[in-house]
Amino acid sequence: MPEKKLTITHPLGLHARPASIFVRAAAKFKCNITITHGARTSSAKSILGVLSLGVQKDSEVILKTEGEDADVALQSLEELIKEDFGDAK
Amino acid sequence: MKELKGIAASLGFAIGSVFLYEREEIRIEECQDKDVSAEWQKFEDALKTAKEQISHIYEHVKNESGEDHAEIFSAQLMILDDPDLMDSVKQVLNAKRNNIEAALYEAIEQFAMAMEMLDDEYLKARALDIRDVGNRILRILLGIAESPTAGLNEPSVILADDLTPSDTVLIDKNMILGFCIAKGGATSHTAILARGLGIPAVVGAGDEIMKVKKGERIIVDGSEGFVFINPSDDKVSYYTEKQKHFNQVMKESLSKAHEPAITQDGQHVEVVANIGNVENAKAAMEAGAEGVGLLRTEFLYLEGTALPTEEEQYKSYRAIVDVFGDYPVILRTLDIGGDKELSYLSLPKEANPFLGVRAIRLCFNRPDIFKPQLRAALRAAEGKNLKIMFPMVATVDEIRQARAILTECQNELKAEKVSHAAKVDIGIMIEIPAAAIMSDVLAKEVDFFSIGTNDLSQYTLAADRTNAGVANIASSFQPPVLRLVKMVIDAAHKEGKWVGMCGELAGEPVAIPILLGLGLDEFSMNPPAIPIAKQIIRSVSKEQAKEIAELVLTLENSDQVQSYVRDLLPIVNF
Repeated sequence: MPEKKLTITHPLGLHARPASIFVRAAAKFKCNITITHGARTSSAKSILGVLSLGVQKDSEVILKTEGEDADVALQSLEELIKEDFGDAK
Repeated sequence: MKELKGIAASLGFAIGSVFLYEREEIRIEECQDKDVSAEWQKFEDALKTAKEQISHIYEHVKNESGEDHAEIFSAQLMILDDPDLMDSVKQVLNAKRNNIEAALYEAIEQFAMAMEMLDDEYLKARALDIRDVGNRILRILLGIAESPTAGLNEPSVILADDLTPSDTVLIDKNMILGFCIAKGGATSHTAILARGLGIPAVVGAGDEIMKVKKGERIIVDGSEGFVFINPSDDKVSYYTEKQKHFNQVMKESLSKAHEPAITQDGQHVEVVANIGNVENAKAAMEAGAEGVGLLRTEFLYLEGTALPTEEEQYKSYRAIVDVFGDYPVILRTLDIGGDKELSYLSLPKEANPFLGVRAIRLCFNRPDIFKPQLRAALRAAEGKNLKIMFPMVATVDEIRQARAILTECQNELKAEKVSHAAKVDIGIMIEIPAAAIMSDVLAKEVDFFSIGTNDLSQYTLAADRTNAGVANIASSFQPPVLRLVKMVIDAAHKEGKWVGMCGELAGEPVAIPILLGLGLDEFSMNPPAIPIAKQIIRSVSKEQAKEIAELVLTLENSDQVQSYVRDLLPIVNF
């Protein structure tokens, strides 16, 4: 089961727009995707779950994917996080 | 006929029938032993309808007000798609075998309460979105109309207890003849919205108006604050005449909006705008503004979840200044505190926020807020006609302190070799009686004054302008306020400095001849008020205005002042 530890560098953290962009991207894949922050884990496809993790700037999250497109899902979500969700503000 | 008096909140007259804006209460009774799959099917159908409704609102808002305003509705669509929320509804339903309404309500509350418990203002606000979405699905399930305005299909006067921004976003503007609102003051949401749309409005009319029934005839007098229910024929014909006169003056004003305001004896008077963002800037230019007398900078601080950076501020200020070319733009530094809060600053609660650490007082305590703003303003001023104005100044020391911090910022920018304006005009708002009384001393320290009549009136009369109970006392037409205005203008002119006004009074038709007579140099107002203000200035001579001003200063109260000018000058009599 592929997984990856990543740092959120966007100034807003996984809030507001970044969170919606992230969830929308995750929802495109068939596989199960979870995101873990500290002791809490949520489905990456749930906006309410992702928001309630309360991920601030510069904190680490662990992404896990499981299912048919698991590898490509992990890779593209990793890129999205590294590119600050496409808006380098 | 029944006559009521509220607060005149937006100019003009509406004669028509009442549309009652009422929210229907959502009531849920729990029942057991339900067929789970049938209940779930009902839920899926309602979900589909809810998605259609919100997509429709999203498109509508996006087309009318742009992507940014619509974002909240795209977030709501995501909530409707949320797999966790769906699972949780399903779980409740399976466990309790109750009706879907009760199951949904329980699931929604679980999520909303979990969000509210988090120590994060942004997430707390999302709890509202979750409930909003939940209530929408519940309304669909219970067969309650989507919005209280569903039955609004002919132009009517909207009568409501109070209106929120989300209430007003969906009302078709062509269906609104006027507003009559039980609660609120001249600065309430509906008042501001109505002025922005040019729709007549009376607010703070009292709870009694809620007894009026749908379809009853009503007259709303947005210039004096009267409301007539089931008016007599005489009243109707009187107001029909007034409405005709008003519309005619409006029409003439609009056709000359872009011409300068020159008095009968050939004096050019500057008419500029109060604005709060780039969109306002464009609207102001279209309305004929010759610059900006008040750029409120709070918008940058209110829209985010953290303080705006220097760079973000610079870009916004520059974008606004660019709209106005060579015209002056007066930037007012952050005026937060009082009734304006910033959730992410978590400022301590004060017993008396209007008399507390607000505006410049807050900025002195927080150089991390003040300096980035001044630096951004100095950078935006480079090669442009941008002036800086400090709010809530009460003493000479405060101007000196503000000036010293500004100089410090200039020196820093110079050392960092960042291009910026080496010289900017500095002004202060005169909104505290102490500053008005000391204006002869303060005038030596600044390049200009701008009188903020809203605060000056409430501080002078010790009456909260947002409190409908005393709002009449806080009128800016009160002779004590006008006397202070005269004092300020005379003191500034003695030092060769100019005086503007950016309070509501500057855009009040009845006030314009008085202020002109007192010698006011610059009138700054909400963009929709500009064309008519220019037309009023064109209709009088400076000499005539002076006579009017001298006389009203001898009157006893605001009613006398207003009736005197109304009776004398037909152009303002609406």
